[in-house]
Amino acid sequence: MKQFIVFIKKEFAHVLRDRRTLLILFGLPVVQILVFGFALTNEVKNSRIVICDYANDESSHAIIRKIEASEYFDTEKITLSYSDIEKSFKEGKIKAAIIFPLNFDNDLQHLNKAQIQIISDASDPNTGNTINNYLSTIIADYQRQMMDNIKIPLRVTTEIRMLYNPQLKAAHNFVPGVMALVLMLVCVMMTSISIVREKEMGTMEVLLVSPYRPILVILSKAVPYLLLSLVNVATILLLSVFVLDLPIVGSVWLLFLESILFIITSLSLGLLISIRAKTQQEAMLISMMGMMLPTLIFSGFMFPVENFPLPLQIISNIVPARWFYIIVKTVMVKGLGFSAIWKETLILTGITFFLLAVSLKNFKKRLE
Amino acid sequence: MEEQVIKVEKLTKRFGDFTAVDEISFEVTKGEIFGFLGANGAGKTTAMRMLCGLSIPTSGAASVVGFDVYKQTEDIKKNIGYMSQRFSLYEDLSVIENIKFYAGIYGLTNKQIKEKSEELIERLGLHSEIKKLVGALPLGWKQKLAFSVALIHSPQIIFLDEPTGGVDPVTRRQFWEMIYEASAKGVTVFVTTHYMDEAEYCNRVSIMVDGRIEALDAPRKLKEKFNVSSMDEVFYMLARGAKKAVI
Repeated sequence: MKQFIVFIKKEFAHVLRDRRTLLILFGLPVVQILVFGFALTNEVKNSRIVICDYANDESSHAIIRKIEASEYFDTEKITLSYSDIEKSFKEGKIKAAIIFPLNFDNDLQHLNKAQIQIISDASDPNTGNTINNYLSTIIADYQRQMMDNIKIPLRVTTEIRMLYNPQLKAAHNFVPGVMALVLMLVCVMMTSISIVREKEMGTMEVLLVSPYRPILVILSKAVPYLLLSLVNVATILLLSVFVLDLPIVGSVWLLFLESILFIITSLSLGLLISIRAKTQQEAMLISMMGMMLPTLIFSGFMFPVENFPLPLQIISNIVPARWFYIIVKTVMVKGLGFSAIWKETLILTGITFFLLAVSLKNFKKRLE
Repeated sequence: MEEQVIKVEKLTKRFGDFTAVDEISFEVTKGEIFGFLGANGAGKTTAMRMLCGLSIPTSGAASVVGFDVYKQTEDIKKNIGYMSQRFSLYEDLSVIENIKFYAGIYGLTNKQIKEKSEELIERLGLHSEIKKLVGALPLGWKQKLAFSVALIHSPQIIFLDEPTGGVDPVTRRQFWEMIYEASAKGVTVFVTTHYMDEAEYCNRVSIMVDGRIEALDAPRKLKEKFNVSSMDEVFYMLARGAKKAVI
């Protein structure tokens, strides 16, 4: 036991002394969260729009006030001319235009049905779509308010349901994704590099000749990175709650337990790579290419897995990050308990055991 | 009767069809400096790995410090020291941290670690350098430190795997003085080397060719036997007959 502590102390010394390692370890999650949170977001904030209000009545004013109050839109101007709208679009000044027809309020009150035209710039389809959704949500919200006041049902023309993410917050998608990515990167790359470094330096030989058991060498490599990764999980969660305003709906403990499972998965992957790789560069390349890309592509955090062609969907099943992503999303965003994620947990556990078994077997073989 | 700390009898290691070590037999006496020579690929490393308890032999018998290489590898590991060509120190740890780490994983008590490290620093005259990172030390110092660290748990035998590779002649000379010092204290030294002038420093040498020991005696006697003036020539005459080895 004392030997174990001596070894772990040494591992921490390696990590804390290497500025580059420290930077990757603690800078990476912060940078990722901030970049994804503020720069790469597909959220549309402060989009400029034109409002064209032919109705100029109570209802149209109420809706315009609601739109102007939203942080997503800035009203560029209010106009009555179609050509003006077209000009603004062509100049790229605005992202959308809203047109209220004449007798809007009258139609709504007496025919129980009124129309609003939304024109959006679809040259960037994602942005266009998002803006449409935001505007429709605001209008639908107004309709609901009206329904509360009067008994006669008003015709709801847009049927929009956005479960769990009514504001279409991108953070809901990327925080779990960043967690998977960072843990994968830290655990796989750092452990494989640190083990391969011992091989390169020749210190591994000395460790193997010492009475310190080989399996303990591996364990003492894993424990520090497990602890450091948990610090990373905490950092990401704190950033998401306090900087991105994304609350943790479900149990924090469950989230940490599942993270530990995923960290162990990643550690065993790192171990496997370290057994195969001969140099630190090789270990790093395999970790980057072999882990980063599949995690980005197949976890479902950037591209929905459902849209993949079938062969790729099948491949995505063996990417551990995919399951972890679902687990984190379910617990953190939807707030569901273990009963909702037992299947994913089971699959992840299976993958972990498989990887551990393969790497330990390989490790023993290498010792021979 | 002198005490035999290494006894090897018909020790063999096969990897599939390839016989890396072919029925070698020898004995090493306590306190002896035993040179283990051979070209690359002659089977030196494989033989040494078996003696260090890292690799289980295919057949034959061997004991190191009285422990069996098949069953008592853990006991062997506790009683031997090991140092390789690469010195095996952590360059990003300081001198004192390296000493404490190796002493620690050999299970020395805190009191022992303190005593041993003080004694070691005293002997090497490293007082002003203990907080320095090992990476900043000159090569010769690293080598001396690595050797002393390999002896920190007072092993009965120390295995040196090409310990002087890439080191200048003066440093090599100083290093051999340390080896003699250790040997005088009763530590058995088992050393592999490529340098034939170093072979002359050994009490006895064995020369491996194609997995077999082709010659084993004191350097002086070997030279007489082959009727040549240097170990270099002895080695060359033997290694020339090799089929697999690369000279």
